[in-house]
Amino acid sequence: MLATSPAFKQNVKGALADAGLQKALAFTRPSFAGKRSAAVAGLPEFEQLRDVGRDIKNHVLANLDFYLETWAGNVEKAGGTVHWCSTADEARAAVLAICQKAGAKTVTKGKSMISEELGINDHLEKFGIEPVETDLGEYILQLRKEPPSHIIAPAFHLNREDWEESFRASHTDLDEERVFGERRDILTEARKKLREKFLAADVGITGANFLIAETGSSVIVTNEGNGDLTQTLPKVHIVLASIEKVVPTLEDACTFLRLLARSATGQDMSVYTTFSTGARRPGDLDGPEEYHVVVIDNGRSAMIGTEFQEMLRCIRCAACMNHCPVYFTVGGHSYGWVYPGPMGSVLTPSLIGVDKAGHLPNASTFCGKCESVCPVKIPLPKMMRHWREREFERHLTPQTMRTNLSIWAWFAKRPALYRLATRAAAWALGLMGRKKGRFHTLPFAGGWTDGRDLPAPEGETFFARYARQQRETQS
Amino acid sequence: MSKDAILGAIRRGLKRGPLPDDQKLALRARLEAHPRHLIPARAQLPRPEQVALFLRNVEKEFGTTARVANLSDVPAAVAEYLAANNLPSDFAIAPHPELESIDWASRPLLTLRPGRAQATDAVCLTHGYAAVAETGTLMLPASPHRPTTLNLLGDTAIVVLRASRIVGWMEAAWDLIRAENHDETTGGFMPRNIMWVTGPSRSADIESTLELGAHGPRRLHVVLVDDDPTAVA
Ligand code: SF4
Repeated sequence: MLATSPAFKQNVKGALADAGLQKALAFTRPSFAGKRSAAVAGLPEFEQLRDVGRDIKNHVLANLDFYLETWAGNVEKAGGTVHWCSTADEARAAVLAICQKAGAKTVTKGKSMISEELGINDHLEKFGIEPVETDLGEYILQLRKEPPSHIIAPAFHLNREDWEESFRASHTDLDEERVFGERRDILTEARKKLREKFLAADVGITGANFLIAETGSSVIVTNEGNGDLTQTLPKVHIVLASIEKVVPTLEDACTFLRLLARSATGQDMSVYTTFSTGARRPGDLDGPEEYHVVVIDNGRSAMIGTEFQEMLRCIRCAACMNHCPVYFTVGGHSYGWVYPGPMGSVLTPSLIGVDKAGHLPNASTFCGKCESVCPVKIPLPKMMRHWREREFERHLTPQTMRTNLSIWAWFAKRPALYRLATRAAAWALGLMGRKKGRFHTLPFAGGWTDGRDLPAPEGETFFARYARQQRETQS
Repeated sequence: MSKDAILGAIRRGLKRGPLPDDQKLALRARLEAHPRHLIPARAQLPRPEQVALFLRNVEKEFGTTARVANLSDVPAAVAEYLAANNLPSDFAIAPHPELESIDWASRPLLTLRPGRAQATDAVCLTHGYAAVAETGTLMLPASPHRPTTLNLLGDTAIVVLRASRIVGWMEAAWDLIRAENHDETTGGFMPRNIMWVTGPSRSADIESTLELGAHGPRRLHVVLVDDDPTAVA
């Protein structure tokens, strides 16, 4: 997928002006957070499980070569084929080769973020193969040629009219009289259309939430059942998985299953959790005849041994974005690539370069909410800070910011002057904002006030107030 | 080859070469032992309460349940359910010995088609291998006797489950399959596919609002056969 992350600031401007998006964001925000906290409250051991999850992932990362080799050996024992791919190019070529060998015309797809990362759909289309997204949200986005705006609720920024409009434009056999008054009507139409696709597909491509080393299994977790239809009906099943998805045993997977659905959708367990191990066995009445796993690095191994290694614990639950004030102001598309929100702000610079995605780790209020809900305790704010430092060191920070920071530094090293200057500024701002206590706009600070208000200082600096309160308590 | 490139890059990051044999041995021992981690207390209950928790959880997840005393009562329970929901009385059924042992002729109106599901099947009935009380989850391993399509293609899925097969937590269900299943292809215990199913299919992709029956069944009905005297309250 082509990144628009360098244009983060323009993206944000567009998002703030998009009334439909802002409505969807306002509607979803409390429900995401509320569902998670209710589910967590129902499991008293949740906090302890976060520690267990973190520790298992750390153990895996420290022994990743061993677990990947063990897993791959067991896939082969089950008659499956593992395709090791260092880069996106290699992975696209591997998927295409399998599809072409199967003589595929149509390929159904379960939801997979790595597929977005690799741009599988465009590649298949280029070679005359029709990819069909079958997750409802991904399907509508494919019709609208939009990227997902969220890693588990890809189309939540759309409203019912958008769905209807896209169906009327794309489903050419649709009766003009057909009414889409209810969400149910939309669902029924999508289900009917996609059933035809499921039955016609030659190859099914899914992602993987986990790979199990001891059995060579791949695991998908869904609510719709589309991933299962995708991997059960066609002759060939291709799994796309990045290297950090492996866990040692089925018992290890249990811990992550207890964390995942609660953190993601606030369910105790998603509807379908499916373990696939190889192709159809002798005597089986259904299931694919071939089972392939394309296992992809694409920049991840380079994170090992760096301050970003812990990011590889991520289980893609979306809790961090669901609780992020920045995400809920600017929406997912602003981030400009596959992964939005706090996890995207850390991962995207690692995968496409800080020169392209340097704005993302800067878009943080450092409120720390993301880290506090992350089921595997990834220190997201700390890592965003690392990126800022690296960006600054490499002189990638824009000149205005560097100048302002050096002016600030010059004053900060001279306490008397600093106090004088900040006192003057606070007094001036306090005077200007005295009426409402907040600024909706401020000269030179549009980047701040367009998406949020700046609280007006109360006419006094922190130093001055601290000194005054000290005096008051002593007297 | 990319395999070596990937493993090499990982090892460079970890600042070591391939693991020495003794460490590999220790990791293999961990795989062999597959230790359990923290198991939530919520399902650590006396048998009757465990079964009750399972049924409650199925219903919480929008499934429905019926409880019968014997396998021979299953046809009546199925017929009743289909009639009550205005569903057709012909259905695809898993060719499983336990289901085949049932005298379906006692309900002559029911028409059974053993085998995998077809796209035209409105109702599919399968055999529950085991179930987990903790979350109300059914465990459905694929086999010639339990085709996967039966879990997915029908608009209504019915699962016949014996109460003795309800366990408290996921790890206990893995214990069952580890002990009972042999896979010819791998020499291990994992069948080609295991589906864990918790309630009927759903989606919240349209305006973040839950709708049942996205691609899989809109209804999930569990017929529980009380074969376990310790499970009856
Ligand atoms: S960083 Fe943590 S909270 Fe965010 S998606 Fe990954 S696992 Fe979930």
